[in-house]
Amino acid sequence: MTDRTIAVDYVARVEGEGALAVRISGRAVEAVELNIFEPPRFFEAFLRGRDFAEAPDITARICGICPVAYQMSACHALERALGMRVDGPIRDLRRLLYCGEWIESHVLHIYLLHAPDFLGYPDALRLARDHPEAVKRGLRLKQVGNRLMELLGGRAIHPINVRIGGFYRVPSREELFAFRPQLEEALALAEATVRWVADFPFPDDEEEYDFVSLRHPDEYPMNEGEVVSSSGVRLPVDRYEEVFEERQVPYSTALHSVRRGGGAYLVGPLARFALNQDRLSPRARVLAREAGVLGPVRNPYRSIVVRAIEVVLAVEEALRLIDGYRPPDRPFAPPPPLPASAAGAAITEAPRGMLYHRYRLGAGGRIDEAKIVAPTSQNQGRIEEDVRHLVERSLDLDDAALGDRCEKAIRNHDPCISCATHFLRLDVSRRPGP
Amino acid sequence: MPDPVRPSLAVWKFASCDGCQLTLLDCEDELLPIADRVEIATFHEATSRAVDGPYDVSLVEGSISTPDDAVRIREIRARSRLLVTIGACATAGGIQALRNFADVEEFRRVVYARPEYVRTLATSTPISAHVPVDFELRGCPIDKGQLLEILGAVLAHRAPNLPTDSVCIDCKRRGRVCVTVAHGTPCLGPVTHTGCGAICPGFHRGCYGCFGPAEGANPAGLLPKLETLGMAPPAVERLFQTFTAAAPAFRAAGEAARARGGRP
Repeated sequence: MTDRTIAVDYVARVEGEGALAVRISGRAVEAVELNIFEPPRFFEAFLRGRDFAEAPDITARICGICPVAYQMSACHALERALGMRVDGPIRDLRRLLYCGEWIESHVLHIYLLHAPDFLGYPDALRLARDHPEAVKRGLRLKQVGNRLMELLGGRAIHPINVRIGGFYRVPSREELFAFRPQLEEALALAEATVRWVADFPFPDDEEEYDFVSLRHPDEYPMNEGEVVSSSGVRLPVDRYEEVFEERQVPYSTALHSVRRGGGAYLVGPLARFALNQDRLSPRARVLAREAGVLGPVRNPYRSIVVRAIEVVLAVEEALRLIDGYRPPDRPFAPPPPLPASAAGAAITEAPRGMLYHRYRLGAGGRIDEAKIVAPTSQNQGRIEEDVRHLVERSLDLDDAALGDRCEKAIRNHDPCISCATHFLRLDVSRRPGP
Repeated sequence: MPDPVRPSLAVWKFASCDGCQLTLLDCEDELLPIADRVEIATFHEATSRAVDGPYDVSLVEGSISTPDDAVRIREIRARSRLLVTIGACATAGGIQALRNFADVEEFRRVVYARPEYVRTLATSTPISAHVPVDFELRGCPIDKGQLLEILGAVLAHRAPNLPTDSVCIDCKRRGRVCVTVAHGTPCLGPVTHTGCGAICPGFHRGCYGCFGPAEGANPAGLLPKLETLGMAPPAVERLFQTFTAAAPAFRAAGEAARARGGRP
C-alpha cells in the first residue's frame, strides 16, 4: 500500500494563516491536521495587570474581522463581574452594532471568500469579470454593514465608541433614522443574495454535527442567552468550562476545544440556525423556506445559504431596532464601586460562533486572569473531521484535486485563524487527545 | 496612453489581527477599479491564485515575532520594488510588543500548556527593524483614505501625500470642540500621529494614541497635564504602553510615567 501526503501549504481565502496536512496510508486516512502557524501574540498574558476598562479595546485587536464580538464579550463578562446590568436603549444599540458586524463579516465571506468556490474562480475579482452585478451587489451590501458600524462605532475596524456600561456617545433618533434608506436597500440586496446562493451547485455531504450555540427566550441570539446543543446540553454561560475544554496540539499555535469526555462540536451559523429556527425574523423565515433550508442544515457547503439568511435577519433586526429607538438619558451606565475581587464570564455570538470571555479581577479593577475561547478554536476539531470524511470519500482523486477539495471544505466554516491563535488556557488537560 | 503592463501588488501578513489588510477589501467602491489597474499577484486572504514575483509593490501587515518571520520578510523585501508597511504592528511592533517589556518565557508558559511547541522571539519588532521600508501607514487600524492615497501615488509614480502632524491639529481643522478644554477628558491628540480623522474626540472620547507618536512630538511633555486631569501615573503609563508600546517616543513617555510613580 502506498503512503500519500496531501499538503496544502497555504489555505487561501480565510482570515489568517494556516496550512493543512493529510496523511493517507493505503486507503486509510491516518491524520488530518489543520496547522495554524500564525505567530502567538499572548493576549491573555499581557491582559494581566491592565485595568478592566481597557479590555474591550485591547481584545478587539485579536481580530480585525470581528472586533465588535470581542468588545461585546469583554463588556458583558466584565459587567457581570461588577454586578452591572445594561438594558433598554443601550442594550438595543449594542445589538444594532452587532448587526453591522454580522452583515459585514458574513457578506465578506459569502461574496469575496466563499462564492468563488462554487462558481469556479480563484477569487471574487475574477468572478466580477463575468458576474459584475453580483459582486457589486455584495460590495454594496458589505458597505452598508460597515457604514452601520461606523455610525455607531466610529469606524468599522476596531470601533472606538464601545465602553463598559455602554458607549462614549449615543446617536440621536434623527441620526439613526437617516440611515434607514440604506438598510432598506440592503434588505433587497440581502434577499437577492439568498436567492443567488441558493442555486449554487452543492456537493452532496451530510455531517453529524453536535451543534452548539446560544439560545435566548425571545431573540435570535447575539449578546445573550444560555448555551444549548443539539445533543441536549443546556446551561448558563458561567458554567461553560464545566462542559467544554481546550487542548493543545503539537502542530498548531491554536488550541482545540472539545466536549469534556466527548468529541468535536460546531459553533457558528449552522449551529445558531439549527437551534434557533423559531427565532428567525419574518423575512428571514420566508427566505429560508424559499431556499429550501428550513430545518437543520447538515451539509456544510450550504452554510453559505445560512449565512445569507442571517444577513437578511441582521438587516431586519437593524431596521426594527432603529424604529424602536429612544436615546437613553446617559450614554453609559457608570460602574459601581469596585469590589476587592470579582469574576465574570460571558458568551456572545460572533459571526463565526460563540466567543467566550472570562475575567478575574483583583484590587482596583486590575485584571488578574483572562481566558478567551474563540469560535475558530472551537471549530477546528470539527473542521478536521469534515476534511477526513471528504478525503475518505475522495481517495481516487489526484493530490492536487484532493488538496483543492480539502481547502473548500475548510472554507465552508469561515475559519478565522487570526482569532484562533490567541486562545489559550492555563490548565490544559494533559490527557492524550482524541 | 495607459500603461499596458499593470503594476503588480502583493499583500503579506505577519503577527497581526488581519484588520489592516481587510481595509483593502473594505474599499467597496474602489476595489474593482483597483483590480483593473493593478495585478493582485499575491493576497492569500482574497485569492487562491499566487504569483511568485517580483512585485512592484508589497503591502506588509504585522510585526516580526518569530525566527521564521525574520527570514521571510527578507525574502519578500528582495522580491519587492516598493515595500509599504501598513498599521501599528508593521510600523511599531503592535500591541504584541508588550512582550518586549516582559519575560516572554513566562508569557509562553502562562498561555500554553506545552510551551515547547510554540516558537517565538523575545520581542515583537517593526518591519523597519529588519529591512528597508519605502513608506509607512500608521494606525490600529490604518485609514482607508490613506491606503487609497498611497496606492494612487504608486500608480501615478508620485510621492504619497501623508501628513505627519498630530490628531490635535486635524481635530482643530475639523472644528471639533476640544474634549480636554471643554470636558476635562484626558486626550493624546496633541502627541499622536494624524490619519484617523480625529474620530475619538468626535465621539466625546479622548484620543488613545492608536496611530502612535506624531513626528517631532514630545509625549513625555504631556504627563503633567494628564495628571492634572486626574489620571494617576500608572494609568498614564498604560495609556502610552498599549497599541504602539514600542514606538520610541511612546515608550519613553511610558517610562517617564513609571518614574513618576507608574504601575508596580
